[in-house]
Amino acid sequence: MLEIRPLKLSGLEPLVITPESNFINIGERTNVAGSKKFLRLIKEEKFEEALSVAREQVEGGAQIIDINMDDGLIEGREAMVKFLNLLVAEPDIARVPIMIDSSKWEILEAGLQVVQGKCVVNSISLKEGEEEFLTHAKRIKRYGAAVIVMAFDEVGQADNYERRVEIAKRSYQLLVEKVKFPPEDIIFDLNIFPVGTGMEEHRRNAIDYFEATRWVKKNLPHVSLSGGVSNVSFSFRGNNPVREAMHSVFLYHAIRAGMNMGIVNPALLEVYDNIPEDLLEHVEDVILDRRDDATERLLSFAETVVGTEKESKIDFSWREKLLQERITHALVKGIDSFIVEDVEEARKQSDRPLDVIEGPLMTGMNVVGDLFGSGKMFLPQVVKSARVMKKAVAYLLPYIEADKKNKRSSAGKVLMATVKGDVHDIGKNIVSVVLGCNNYEIIDLGVMVPPEKIIETAKTENVDAIGLSGLITPSLDEMVFLAKEMDRQGFSVPLLIGGATTSKAHTAVKIDPQYRNAVVHINDASRAVTVVGDLLKVNTRQKYIDDLKSDYEIFRQNFSKRSKVKSFLSLGQARINKFCIDWNQSKIHAPQKPGIHVIEDLELEKLEKYIDWTPFFRSWELHGRYPKILKDELVGEQATTLFTDAQKMLRRIFDERLLKAKAVYGLFPANTINVDDIEIRYRENSEEKTMIFRTLRQQLDKHEGKSNFALADFVAPRELGIQDYMGCFCVTAGFGTEQLSRQFEAEHDDYNSILIKGLADRLAEAFAEYLHEKIRIDDWGYAPEENLSNEELIRERYKGIRPAPGYPACPDHLEKISIWQVLKVEERIGVKLTDSLAMWPAASVSGYYFANPEARYFGVGKIKEDQVKDFAERKGISFETAKKWLNPSIAE
Amino acid sequence: MSKIEEVLSKKILILDGAMGTMLQEYRFTEEDFRGKRFSDWPVSLKGNNDLLSLTQPKAIADVHRKYFEAGADIVETNTFSGTAIAMADYKMEELVYEMNFESARIAKEVAKEVTSRDPEKPRFVAGAMGPTNKTASMSPDVNDPGFRAISFEELRIAYKQQARALIDGGVDVLLVETVFDTLNAKAALFAIDELKEELDNDIPVMISGTITDASGRTLSGQTAEAFLISISHMNLLSVGFNCALGAKQLTPYLEVLAQKSAAGVSAYPNAGLPNAFGEYDQSPWDMANQIKNYLERGLVNILGGCCGTTPEHIQAIAAVAKDYKPRVIKRELTYDNFKGC
Repeated sequence: MLEIRPLKLSGLEPLVITPESNFINIGERTNVAGSKKFLRLIKEEKFEEALSVAREQVEGGAQIIDINMDDGLIEGREAMVKFLNLLVAEPDIARVPIMIDSSKWEILEAGLQVVQGKCVVNSISLKEGEEEFLTHAKRIKRYGAAVIVMAFDEVGQADNYERRVEIAKRSYQLLVEKVKFPPEDIIFDLNIFPVGTGMEEHRRNAIDYFEATRWVKKNLPHVSLSGGVSNVSFSFRGNNPVREAMHSVFLYHAIRAGMNMGIVNPALLEVYDNIPEDLLEHVEDVILDRRDDATERLLSFAETVVGTEKESKIDFSWREKLLQERITHALVKGIDSFIVEDVEEARKQSDRPLDVIEGPLMTGMNVVGDLFGSGKMFLPQVVKSARVMKKAVAYLLPYIEADKKNKRSSAGKVLMATVKGDVHDIGKNIVSVVLGCNNYEIIDLGVMVPPEKIIETAKTENVDAIGLSGLITPSLDEMVFLAKEMDRQGFSVPLLIGGATTSKAHTAVKIDPQYRNAVVHINDASRAVTVVGDLLKVNTRQKYIDDLKSDYEIFRQNFSKRSKVKSFLSLGQARINKFCIDWNQSKIHAPQKPGIHVIEDLELEKLEKYIDWTPFFRSWELHGRYPKILKDELVGEQATTLFTDAQKMLRRIFDERLLKAKAVYGLFPANTINVDDIEIRYRENSEEKTMIFRTLRQQLDKHEGKSNFALADFVAPRELGIQDYMGCFCVTAGFGTEQLSRQFEAEHDDYNSILIKGLADRLAEAFAEYLHEKIRIDDWGYAPEENLSNEELIRERYKGIRPAPGYPACPDHLEKISIWQVLKVEERIGVKLTDSLAMWPAASVSGYYFANPEARYFGVGKIKEDQVKDFAERKGISFETAKKWLNPSIAE
Repeated sequence: MSKIEEVLSKKILILDGAMGTMLQEYRFTEEDFRGKRFSDWPVSLKGNNDLLSLTQPKAIADVHRKYFEAGADIVETNTFSGTAIAMADYKMEELVYEMNFESARIAKEVAKEVTSRDPEKPRFVAGAMGPTNKTASMSPDVNDPGFRAISFEELRIAYKQQARALIDGGVDVLLVETVFDTLNAKAALFAIDELKEELDNDIPVMISGTITDASGRTLSGQTAEAFLISISHMNLLSVGFNCALGAKQLTPYLEVLAQKSAAGVSAYPNAGLPNAFGEYDQSPWDMANQIKNYLERGLVNILGGCCGTTPEHIQAIAAVAKDYKPRVIKRELTYDNFKGC
């Protein structure tokens, strides 16, 4: 007897999987391909919220969590590292082992480098050949991880018993003999495919999986077996009771065969013994392929399970409806008994027989498409619909041919292929069937089709459209490549894009621009018929294509507004394009009161008229400008109540002096040095010192005539010999907030606790506004005549600016340290900087003063690495440190 | 099988005690640390114990000799902080290779000298590889939990440099020690594994983690077993724990290792827990007595001391250990001979 070598994994705690262990649940919701919510959160960079998805899974009983960031629009490597770094800091999540899931090696490796526990790599395979397989396996071993091996080789994905066995055996031998990979650290994924699809070749999908699993368990010692269970019920999307039963039945048999772990959504799992006997029988018939009509029987049974409107088999009431409704009904329900009769009636009413297809039949198929798209119809039903359609078309065909003007043997020729490197073809096959049923001639090139072959076949066959499918993320790049190639070779036929990882966004942003002719993303099979029809129909195609192109163009523009692909200047070029002030003409005012000043305890009442209320409402998620918001149709009432409460609180703050407002500020002789830095002179204990503020410069390639700004541009360069000035400040209205809000919280009064914090923030901002005005009119005195209303202040109508570190004009927080040093902020007014350079108390504002009338607010935007390096050198900090602090501003 | 593996199967090996504790007695001044060579070094060097291998090599050799004479089979090189990462504090990144090489050479010379006096008892040198002063899986900033002060890649490169120098200097075994963040240790193991392949050298590797407190976890949060699983992909001479706790407090975690590890088990605890002044004051005999408990339960293969231990402690431990058999190591089967199905 063989010794037992359990699979041992670890997070903060161990997970030891022995033959006695119960089935191991792998959480799948932290997978961008498996959870729309997770995908959205990652795209929006809401990593904190994304963590809660992981936490829910662990709390829900996942013993391993699978993390996958493969999406065409996500920087996978970066997202993986960032998410894992945050995740390992959460002990309640990080206690379980992590499965690092990607089709890209660089992402897998980046993940392995940030997790201390023993992970599982998901996955490697022989797809790209032995050499790569062995190299990766060796590194995985060196990182100390277990590995999922997919039943996949150079030829393709194993889809029957023999191929599964063949690939598993070969993979095992290579791993154990050549890499000396511990056999217990090997987990096979033998590919779980859907059953009950209505397709003949899918009937043995489950049985083959069970048998191959049994073989592997018996013949390849110590390995584990895993897989994504929900695949099996793919064709019953939308019918959860049936899916749950299918999962349980599948697992029941798979576990007996040796499967010991898997990706299962616990919410979609019925207890095997609780499955009603009749449902169980129908499901097992399908899973175990026990009858020829198993799928159809389950389908009709499924309707009773859903409990949708039950239709008596002898209910022919629908026959009394209008013609279009009857045709639609027949197509949706897949009933072919009356279709010929109905189509004949339609033909008599039409000018041309072809109009019947393009009219009533297509209308019906669109309904099918919509129902399928919204998950209300199952795939096999769509195939059945297509069958009805085919019968109708077959009936019409002789008439169409007889009608010489519209003579055509097929509706068009469509080339279908799963792109190079990808082997997933269920979707593509369904589309082919559906199109085929709709009188299109299909040339199916199969899977892993090299681009040259697609191009060549398209030419020799003179096809009318090309359909590309793919399920894994690298396929997206293949599609882009093919579009480019088609464009280069002067193709004009439409390009259809489909498959699970494809999306309208990716198609619009990445593929469509590569091909000057039609590119269209089709997200479900039955929609394909309509789209291809529209694309090929002579009298409408041009308009359709134009609409499509402009739709994608608009989509692209909207998309690029979110994450613009921009071009950049080198720092040197950007400096050449700096903003130039004519210093000979520019009037420079020496400050009336130079040096450092402190305001110990400002009367808070003075600040009231400077309060900008709009952000206050926004913080309560009431959107609109003050004061109009008080009369807003939607939120006006809420806003008014809130405003009244805020006013009451404000009175209390004033009357009881609940908060304390302090400020320190200074105005200093200053000049720009080395283009981007500003040197100031100040006195400390009657000793003259200098401080250099580093500023960041815009690097975005601007339109002609626009400058690349840096704050340093607003101060005269030293070499001109002109003495200029600048200032810096810190104000706070936050002292007292903490105690007050805590007091409210103790009284369970969260409303007021939040209110006080919001008001303190507003008062601090108001203080900054107040102080800036005082500076302009009095302390610096460069605008003594100024007389602006609060509204004008809010609109920044004043001369000179007061940008704050951490905000767009100077996104770098590090300069706060310099301000603190010059003004001795902490010693003088007690405002501290945290490790991440936030100010404490929170209701504080700090920044610079620039007086030049040309000075304006701007956003630095994204900067490039050359500026980060330069900044680091200027500042005398390491590149890594600079990178860390500037990271949000660094362009890809 | 290397010599040390052979000896390990027969007896409990004794590791040395603290280097730092011994060096404190010399009361070296800033000038002593600098020596002539570094008299103009721009930053203060006092406290850079690793540097003493270059500036006070005689003192280092003397400490090694004292431990061997007290009964140690293995001494650790004076290289706890000998990585470019830890040496950055002293701006001595450039000297890392030399420090490690010299430390290894000094220790090996003493080992040879002592062995030649008593050839029946071979003496070994373990190249000490400390945790560095940065953590790869924890953020130093509580407000920014996703931040990392060091990457796996930086650690791998630094450890590779150190390991290379130690091997070149002649150590018999590498000891990745005082592991408080397992990811740091994995980077060290990764580097060593690469090096072993590149040099075609099968130098044995020891690893020793640190359970920080009574929670029973490493600083990076792993339990003893999770730690063990995370580093078991390497073929290890031994795995164990050192530092942070005294002999008594370490017992339950050693039990986990003894039960679950396929490698030897090592323990070199502190001389008790620190007293009110932060000093370790457990007497040699008290410590040896507590360690006797390990021996009676057959938990260990390698024993020594960490903070606060002296040659007297090692002598007491060696005296207790000599009457006991080592823990039986059940190496797993290798699968070299698997011939398919």
